[in-house]
Amino acid sequence: MSGAAARAWQALGGVVDPEIPVLTVLDLGIVRDVGVVGDAVEVVITPTYSGCPATHVIEEDIRRALAAAGFAEARIRTSLSPAWTTDWMTAEGRDKLRKFGIAPPGACAPSPAKIALFRAEAAGVDCPHCGSTHTERLAAFGSTACKALYRCRDCREPFDHFKPI
Amino acid sequence: MSGEHGSAEHIEYVLRLADNALVLGQRLAEWCGHGPALEEDIALTNIALDLIGQARLLLDHAGRLEGKGRGEDELAFLREVPDFRNATLAELPNSGVASAGAAGGDYAVTIVRNLLFSAYQVELWQALAKSADPELAAIAAKSLKEARYHVRHAADWTIRLGDGTEESHTRIERALAALWPYTHELFATDPLEQAVARHGIGVESAGLRAGWLEALAPTAAEATLALPPDTGFRSTGKLGRHSEHLGFLLAEMQSLHRQHPGAMW
Repeated sequence: MSGAAARAWQALGGVVDPEIPVLTVLDLGIVRDVGVVGDAVEVVITPTYSGCPATHVIEEDIRRALAAAGFAEARIRTSLSPAWTTDWMTAEGRDKLRKFGIAPPGACAPSPAKIALFRAEAAGVDCPHCGSTHTERLAAFGSTACKALYRCRDCREPFDHFKPI
Repeated sequence: MSGEHGSAEHIEYVLRLADNALVLGQRLAEWCGHGPALEEDIALTNIALDLIGQARLLLDHAGRLEGKGRGEDELAFLREVPDFRNATLAELPNSGVASAGAAGGDYAVTIVRNLLFSAYQVELWQALAKSADPELAAIAAKSLKEARYHVRHAADWTIRLGDGTEESHTRIERALAALWPYTHELFATDPLEQAVARHGIGVESAGLRAGWLEALAPTAAEATLALPPDTGFRSTGKLGRHSEHLGFLLAEMQSLHRQHPGAMW
């Protein structure tokens, strides 16, 4: 990797998700490629959810970070395919989420032909506060498109779960 | 009709998909702050957000195919009722067909429509993920994940209401009977669809109906609901001939943009 490319990646490592500020765009796995030609850089990103309002802010923040890192020109290209999956989230990102009080996504199961009901789904989400496996879902939708609301039946704390998609 | 990449048929086909998502997203957004419970308020707003996100991607794509400089905003906010290509089902009021215009919404109507529509979207996005139009295929593959989640929400509630109290059963049964005739349009293949399907860009939606019915059957059974008999009624929203409800929806959705042309967030 060239020095300039390393500098671009380093700058990206400082850009955080405005709604989950412990995660960087690299932790989220939304940066698909970085190309550097001279002092111009092109970053390829993929959106998380189609309607995620954070996407636009993230683009602006990336542009600002790259300018601060000395790139005269920064171009951001959005690539939809392949579609983003939480499987691209880094192990470090998952740890940060847990420490922040959000249960990280489990591995994405291949989509079954028949769509299971929420109620038929095994919980399988560990409490990020006390580690208990004794949890229940309160709501399939949470404070942002990427999260669902859970409660721990041992420590009694509510928590967000980053949904695997 | 030609139907090849970049043809008028291709653009109109993408607009149909975009307008379905946009108009239903706008309808669901009416529940924001009015949901029957906080969790449901948030659920419907999240679903609306996904749909509006899908609509933005599709409108942007349609604008590029058209090549006349119209972007998502021009297409969403500066077209008139006859220009919209959404199926009539998407524009019907949340309060239902019979009590149209009544203030507020009927949750049974909202849930049934979401079930019928998102189950249709799942079939459609699955098929379009293999579209010869790579942009459309990418949007479809992404939207499929979201539509599957929407089905689960609607199916859970359909069962809860259908297999619930006498009142909830009556209400959801009534909603299903009222909305069912509007689903025929979703699966009515017309020359435009045939044209884009010939080029592998779109699909003939009549071929999706069997999978859709199969997907609905277990939910209906558990909800103790019978799927209604088919009727001869055919709505025509996707041809630009809409019900009286779309104009009111667009007036609310478009007024801000029209009062402040070119305004940006």
